[in-house]
Amino acid sequence: MKDKKLEVSAIENGTVIDHIPAKALFKVISILGLDRLDRQITFGTNLDSKKLGKKAIVKLSDTFFIDKEINKIALVAPQAKLNIIRDYRVIEKKVVEVPEEIIGIAKCMNPKCITNNEKIVTRFRVVSPSEVKLKCHYCEKITDQEHIEIL
Amino acid sequence: MKRIVNLNTLNAVNRKKQLMKNKSLVSITDYTKEDYLRILALAEEFEKYPDSTILKDKVVATLFFEPSTRTRLSFESAVLKMGGKVIGFSDSTSTSVTKGETLYDTIKIVSNYCDLIVMRHPLEGAARYASELTSIPVINAGDGANQHPTQTLLDLYSILKTQGTLDNLIIFMVGDLKYGRTVHSLLMAMSQFRTSFHFVSPDELKMPEEYKYYLNCLGLKYSEQKDLTGNITTADIIYMTRVQKERFSDPIEYERTKNAYVLKNKMLEGTKENMRVLHPLPRVNEIDQDVDMNPKAYYFMQALNGVFVRQAIITSILGLK
Repeated sequence: MKDKKLEVSAIENGTVIDHIPAKALFKVISILGLDRLDRQITFGTNLDSKKLGKKAIVKLSDTFFIDKEINKIALVAPQAKLNIIRDYRVIEKKVVEVPEEIIGIAKCMNPKCITNNEKIVTRFRVVSPSEVKLKCHYCEKITDQEHIEIL
Repeated sequence: MKRIVNLNTLNAVNRKKQLMKNKSLVSITDYTKEDYLRILALAEEFEKYPDSTILKDKVVATLFFEPSTRTRLSFESAVLKMGGKVIGFSDSTSTSVTKGETLYDTIKIVSNYCDLIVMRHPLEGAARYASELTSIPVINAGDGANQHPTQTLLDLYSILKTQGTLDNLIIFMVGDLKYGRTVHSLLMAMSQFRTSFHFVSPDELKMPEEYKYYLNCLGLKYSEQKDLTGNITTADIIYMTRVQKERFSDPIEYERTKNAYVLKNKMLEGTKENMRVLHPLPRVNEIDQDVDMNPKAYYFMQALNGVFVRQAIITSILGLK
């Protein structure tokens, strides 16, 4: 009997984002604005992973990111790895790095923060990069990884 | 040689004056240790030599989006004593805020009418946001449970006046150490002066981990206890705060613990001569009225110090001192 596995085909040129925690996949899509992209994209989620339990993977044809842009996903997928593909070959591997400052992506978890009450672009300083903790520039309260909500 | 040293000192003073000019004071961490000391020296100057004209032609707006008695009156008193003028409101219900005006618009408009904005707002981060909307400096007079830096500076002034120094003191902080913004800011400021802290609170209202972690990083000593007895004889300062009923998840727990954090005159027996009791006020019942007559009770004087300290802050920010 033939092994009936769905093969996610390799891409010719583009970016593969691997090691995304399964529950963070849709946040990654939202942060990178993939829902507005007109290139070919393949998603896989709830795949078994020794490191993450369940992981997700995204393959983006003919799409490349600058570091500053891709590092934004470190908020929700700090262990994500990127493979840059040219002519079906991995020409570069990258890990994401948590930026020092996060502007306009995350919501402050403090309901009494001014940013949740007026139209203000949020701003956070990353105080702990390993287990992401964000300190709000305005109310000075900490939003931890578990409570990070993407705007 | 002596002249060179004097000129250097003068240059340093002028540099500091320029650095603090027009700089908003939103959070206690906006100021350095040197800035604190400069403000305290200016406050002493105002206390000794009142200056009734220095703020002539200056207009200070006091925007109080939520009610306050001491803070607003002491700011307004500070301005009026220096010959300045005050505009503003003490309650946002009498303003366009009730018509749905945003803080953004209010600040943009008010900036046209004054040289300095003093504001209190129920939302946290409101003062920082306001300071980014205008070129006029902003003094935060309290933003929700976040910061109230002028209270901290007047606490420092009260400690300096009563102890003669800020260095190497033993401070007992008593009551609500979890939600009380005054104790958090005071801890941040006093940690620059090698202070030993004793935290006295019920379990539900203990000093948050982040502040203890901060003290650990600086290598400063602290201890935690539930009772306000025994070792308070070692204290230089006892800083009392209100234990509010609404902070307890279990009302029975509140009833059980509330009396453990009431300071009575008898408890001050055996305390050091130099020891003083501070309280940011208002008090409810956490300091018994029988303490008021004790010369170690300093909380009403502390409130008076608020005027001198605010005079110092206002003139420093306006570049007049």
